[in-house]
Amino acid sequence: MSILINKDTRVITQGMTGKVGQFHTFHCKQYANGANCFVAGVNPKKAGEQFDGIPVYASVLDAKKATGATVSVIYVPPSGAAAAIDEAVEAELDLVICITEGVPVHDMLKTRYKMQGKKTILIGPNCPGLITPDEIKIGIMPGHIHKKGRIGVVSRSGTLTYEAVGQLSALGYGQSSCVGIGGDPINGLKHIDVLRLFNDDPETDAVIMVGEIGGTDEEECARWIKDHMKKPVVGFIAGVTAPPGKRMGHAGAIISGGQGGANEKLAVMEECGIHITRNPAEMGRTMQKVLKGL
Amino acid sequence: MKIHEYQGKEILREFGVPTPRGVACFSVEEAVAAATQLGGKVWVVKAQIHAGGRGKGGGVKVAKSLDEVRQFAGQILGMHLITHQTGPEGQVVRRLLIEEGAQIVKELYVGMVVDRASQRVALLASSEGGMEIEEVAKHTPEKIHTVRIDPTTGLTDAEAAKVARDIGIPDVANAQAVKVLQGLYRAFVEKDAMLAEINPLIVTADNRVVALDAKFNFDSNALYRRPEIVAMRDLDEEDPAEIEASKFDLSYIQLDGNIGCLVNGAGLAMATMDIIKLYGGSPANFLDVGGGATTEKVTEAFKLMLKNPNLKAILVNIFGGIMRCDVIAEGVVAAAREVKLGVPLVVRLEGTNVDLGKKILADSGLPIISGNDMADAAQKVVAAAKG
Repeated sequence: MSILINKDTRVITQGMTGKVGQFHTFHCKQYANGANCFVAGVNPKKAGEQFDGIPVYASVLDAKKATGATVSVIYVPPSGAAAAIDEAVEAELDLVICITEGVPVHDMLKTRYKMQGKKTILIGPNCPGLITPDEIKIGIMPGHIHKKGRIGVVSRSGTLTYEAVGQLSALGYGQSSCVGIGGDPINGLKHIDVLRLFNDDPETDAVIMVGEIGGTDEEECARWIKDHMKKPVVGFIAGVTAPPGKRMGHAGAIISGGQGGANEKLAVMEECGIHITRNPAEMGRTMQKVLKGL
Repeated sequence: MKIHEYQGKEILREFGVPTPRGVACFSVEEAVAAATQLGGKVWVVKAQIHAGGRGKGGGVKVAKSLDEVRQFAGQILGMHLITHQTGPEGQVVRRLLIEEGAQIVKELYVGMVVDRASQRVALLASSEGGMEIEEVAKHTPEKIHTVRIDPTTGLTDAEAAKVARDIGIPDVANAQAVKVLQGLYRAFVEKDAMLAEINPLIVTADNRVVALDAKFNFDSNALYRRPEIVAMRDLDEEDPAEIEASKFDLSYIQLDGNIGCLVNGAGLAMATMDIIKLYGGSPANFLDVGGGATTEKVTEAFKLMLKNPNLKAILVNIFGGIMRCDVIAEGVVAAAREVKLGVPLVVRLEGTNVDLGKKILADSGLPIISGNDMADAAQKVVAAAKG
């Protein structure tokens, strides 16, 4: 098992016919069972055509009806990305993953409001996507660094996730699923939601949680872990050296109003029993020590 | 993106929020002419810089004659105004706002933010005007009244009226306060703001509610649809290195250390700064070259880092995903040749095509120090910076 996606997941790609969408769809198809997983694209102007063997439909709903797909991934440019999420939500997909970076915050506020009470789960925007190694990859991460196994990974950052995965794989620890929740302030799944899923997944033994400055999601997650998590969690927070008031690349990575600092987050996480490391090169080895009971 | 107070007040007026009458000025002569034109007996001379805390830094003065307007305008224009938000070198004042004086009976605070936890726009209001909201939150949190606004209804009459009462606006001014709060909300949404503050919002002797200050910060992801906000951008208020970086789609923030960092991805870029510090060094910058780094972008990134006179060494830390390590390695070699690198360069490559990338670096004949992993690279660059 795994969380959210597996080899039997069927995926619609919104924005597949654009340059970015084509590139990543090609690589996702190449990975593991991808050729069977990526079954549809959406573009109202190109309905009926095929791209790399994948049929294009006029709408998400048409694609869902024709293929039975339950998940979509979005590469639509920023100005249309929120509307693309809305369309997937209205089509009642189970999961929508928005890779697009640079979506206006007020668009996301409206989209999140409309999602209230709906069944669809959102990951992102501004995220690398998620992967269940040797089964399916939905997103832009390099598939080859992953290894099938029993460690869950959740992170707000893309390349820092790869760093954690690379360290785990090098030490021989594979991953159950890796989820990039994205760097935007208004987004879908948060650390706490993904930790809940890993906690319930019988094929996940432990979790690496990677956070960064900005907001208080990591603190909330840490408090939940203290009370509910049955599996060990290793944590790292990026941005100990980040100056206050500056947006560090990600729209959500800003220390403001005395909140969102890395040291504060690390202190709460440690208090809540998370095995923290302040060294981003030690995420894998910290996990190794925890698993070996050192 | 930030704007000046006088620009923020233009926006507020557009949405029906009263402000004192005022004129933006660029010289002493313009300031005196503005005061003459405004008339009255009292004027406020206000430095226009993007940082807060201007009053405490000596950037806001009350003038009781045209001579004083001339004197204060002369003092403030061109001064290096130092506030808790400018850093120790301060910010040069190039613009003034000359405003009519106001008779203040009460000073209040109202602000709006995008609240991450509730995923809504939140109105924050307090009776403690003129104070930093962070201080009020720390010492007297009970004095902050918060409304998380339903996007379908906007800020309702009932919510606005209650908040106005809660922060001590007299009942005779309640109806006007409702309009002010609703105007602020509409401005916030319709202009794609991330933060808006009126501090202080005042009640005058004749019971009018007036915005005495205006601070806005806009969502840079939404600027493509807000040309009127882009037109308000003042490049003099931004770091020249950051402006240069933005031309090449690089995300760059200057810091006060001496080890330059060139990284792909914002999270890894922060973590790279952190690990440099952990091994006893000090990062000179945050620099994310993004997912689609080309030779040109890498070269520009090197040029930016090398403009920093404190620079003692450079660490390139790349985890190639979409970005292939061989492409990055070619970029690094080309850039190092073009800029005639005078400081030690440590490169750590990992991910897609890593072996090919390492070979390109080794074959270049350049004195590039190779880092085996993030920790090894960080230790090597810290040692190199210490010479």
